Amino acid sequence: MAELNNSDIKIVTKDVNLFYGDNHALKDVTLDILSNKITAFIGPSGCGKSTYLKTLNRMNDIVPNVKISGKVLLDGEDIYENGVNVTYLRKKIGMVFQKPNPFPMSIYDNVAYGPRVHGIKSKARLDEIVENSLKGAAIWEETKDRLKQNALGLSGGQQQRLCIARAIAVEPEVILMDEPTSALDPISTLKIEELMSQLKEKYTVAIVTHNMQQAARISDYTAFFLVGEMIEYGETQQIFSRPKNKKTEEYITGRFG
Amino acid sequence: MKALQTNNASNLKIKQHRFVEILLKIFIWVCALLTVSFVVGIIIYILVKGIEGMSWNFISTPAAAYPVENYGILGNIVNTLYLIVITLVIATPIGVGAAIYLTEYAKQGRLTKIIEFTTETLSGIPSIIYGLFGSVFFYSVFKLNYSILAGSLTLAIMILPIIIRTTQESIKTVPIMYREGAMGLGATRWYMIRTVILPCSIEGILTSVILSIGRIVGESAALIFTAGLAYNLPNITGIGDIFKKAMDQGASLTVQLYQYAARGGEEMKYAFSTALVLVIVVLIINVLTKIIARGFKKVK
Amino acid sequence: MAIIKASAEAIAANSSSETEKLASVKKQKPKNTIIGVGNGLTEKIMHIVFLICSSVAIIALLLITIYMISSGAPIISKVGLKDFIFGDKWAPTKEIFGISPMILTSVFGTIAAILIGVPIGLMTSVFLAEIAPKSVVKVVQPAVELLAGIPSVIYGLLGAMIIKPLSYKIEMLVFKDNPEHIYTGGANMFSAVIVLAIMILPTIINISRTAIIAVPEEYREASYGLGATHIQTIFKVILPAAKSGIATAVVLGVGRAIGEAMAIILVAGNMANMPEAFNSVKFLTTGVVQEFAYSSGVHREALFGIGLVLFVFIMIINIVLNLILKGKAKAK
Repeated sequence: MAELNNSDIKIVTKDVNLFYGDNHALKDVTLDILSNKITAFIGPSGCGKSTYLKTLNRMNDIVPNVKISGKVLLDGEDIYENGVNVTYLRKKIGMVFQKPNPFPMSIYDNVAYGPRVHGIKSKARLDEIVENSLKGAAIWEETKDRLKQNALGLSGGQQQRLCIARAIAVEPEVILMDEPTSALDPISTLKIEELMSQLKEKYTVAIVTHNMQQAARISDYTAFFLVGEMIEYGETQQIFSRPKNKKTEEYITGRFG
Repeated sequence: MKALQTNNASNLKIKQHRFVEILLKIFIWVCALLTVSFVVGIIIYILVKGIEGMSWNFISTPAAAYPVENYGILGNIVNTLYLIVITLVIATPIGVGAAIYLTEYAKQGRLTKIIEFTTETLSGIPSIIYGLFGSVFFYSVFKLNYSILAGSLTLAIMILPIIIRTTQESIKTVPIMYREGAMGLGATRWYMIRTVILPCSIEGILTSVILSIGRIVGESAALIFTAGLAYNLPNITGIGDIFKKAMDQGASLTVQLYQYAARGGEEMKYAFSTALVLVIVVLIINVLTKIIARGFKKVK
Repeated sequence: MAIIKASAEAIAANSSSETEKLASVKKQKPKNTIIGVGNGLTEKIMHIVFLICSSVAIIALLLITIYMISSGAPIISKVGLKDFIFGDKWAPTKEIFGISPMILTSVFGTIAAILIGVPIGLMTSVFLAEIAPKSVVKVVQPAVELLAGIPSVIYGLLGAMIIKPLSYKIEMLVFKDNPEHIYTGGANMFSAVIVLAIMILPTIINISRTAIIAVPEEYREASYGLGATHIQTIFKVILPAAKSGIATAVVLGVGRAIGEAMAIILVAGNMANMPEAFNSVKFLTTGVVQEFAYSSGVHREALFGIGLVLFVFIMIINIVLNLILKGKAKAK
């Protein structure tokens, strides 16, 4: 890999192990996620990539019977240390889910939800944030005339972009995406992939995808997971053309998964 | 960059005290504790007070004024059993029939909407209105005075919505696959209902019966106006007398409880003993409903 | 039964044209045109039988409406609708029948019971659905369900034994410097409202809890992902999403409270006074039950008049609230 400054690394994970009860779901995962780049996690179903993603913003905390060990550092600070304010952490690290899940509220209220939760009350400020976020998610033109309408009336692709806008609205530094386009049609998928390339200018993006072509198209770095282990990690170019690990090669060429 | 990092080092641990948040949390806990104390308090109070007047004699003998004054609720128990049986015999076939019609025969349209609206409305009418209705209707039309039969007829209308709704839900869960399979073999509608739908829905029908028993046992206002206040045992000298009893007045357990409580003083403790009996019955009914639900899940 | 199941699976495994054929066969409602088991006459008879069964409900409602109106009408024609409903004196012995105190008592009593019972019940359902550990829920939930099935007379009994004396103590405290207060000994509006509020708790708790549990997990995930706390998620996402279920719970609570007689008859008092907290009062319901046994003639007609008023009340509440609920559901 090219020479890296400390300032290029946004998130460090070192020797992360995760247990769901007795199930050893993540084994000694070590990798660095770089600022303002798109990092993709690929691998067959059940390999632990979604689980790994959720350790980055402590969404695994909600799952019962979960044990995590190892270090996860955001800008050098361990997010699992005692006393860490998890709700503030999740403001800095946002998440977009596989199935679009807008709240059963108006479009405006959906996007304003995050800022309101974090204490912003002024209508002027909220209006500004909503507009900027919807623009940032490339959905402003389609929604600016129906902000008060229920978000559930949007199409699947629009809903997912709304969820991205919602995530942006809290002004995070990192955006995690868990298979964001797997439930969408090809056109919406393309729109969101374009969006992701724009997002990396302002945010660090990490995305889980089971679609290798997608990872190859949009990401800068790719990590290949298999049965809870991180097998290989490197620049996307290199992973897809000259994989160093045999298993990586087998997955990429379609021999399994 | 390093300077920013030390700033960040204290950032993740910032504490955000939101006053409103703490207040709400306290509010939730207070309400929950209040409810729990009501629940626990009620159960314990009935238990303690009920045991005072409780005895084998209490449950197994009828009340009497002479030759020896005796407090016993056997008469009321018998009355309540009569009420349960007669009401169910009347209401269950009708209710199940209506449920079958709604799910199997009727087209989704105005008629079904009217029936469903009617059922909803009937279940929202308070028992005192049923009591008033029963006292007028069954007297003027069927020429029934205060009697267990009048009470049962009134209760039958009251529990009809329960049976219809619960049976309907249960019938709806029969997979379309079975219906199509039967029809494909050439079965006619009633045959299919008899051999496929009904056996599958037994659990729902049973549940509705048990829920209805719970409702019947707990009913009082409707019965005061229709079934009356008497508490003696039937004088059984032949089969005919068993049926004759239905034409007599009969205070159910709840109505008897009310009388004890209204008279107060010495008789309060018998009110509580009756209450204890009723609570145990309700408990058994709740447990039965759960067992049936679980039992049928296993079979499936 | 097994044969039918097997054939069903075989049919399902066939090509789609078969399913289409079946679907069209089903649509034709083949009553007696299919050659097979069961004869045409039985089919026709059973169809009629079931039709009759479902009409019973409609007939019953019609009968109830007719009889309530016909037995309540005489008094209203004798006394006059305005005097009956707005008259404020109820004195059967003098043949004065004005039920406005009773109407107000029922209305305010219900509102007060709702104002007390719904918040407590709603918060408790939040506690059970969101906050309490599973071991606690396992114990408390069945207890609440048990309470839901307890006959109303028993609430009345407990009210008489526990709430009445407590209420009397409060009464004595509140009015100790007021020599003009007529003491009720604890049988007053205040006690009745408390009993009603406790009675509707199980209804509110159980239905709200079901509604809260039904809120999709995705909304919770999204909320947490945005950095909201548990409490924020509950009040800003979960409760709003569950609001139609909660509304149903409240409607049922209202229905229960306004129609209740036996639970409050021992603690409400016996005088048709205006509803003040520590007045002995009559509800529409308690009034009827208390006086029915010894009433006759015009007095009894008056009681049926009250019954009619109560009936109309309930009908209006049911219809209006159901329309509002269905309207809200459609708007979604």
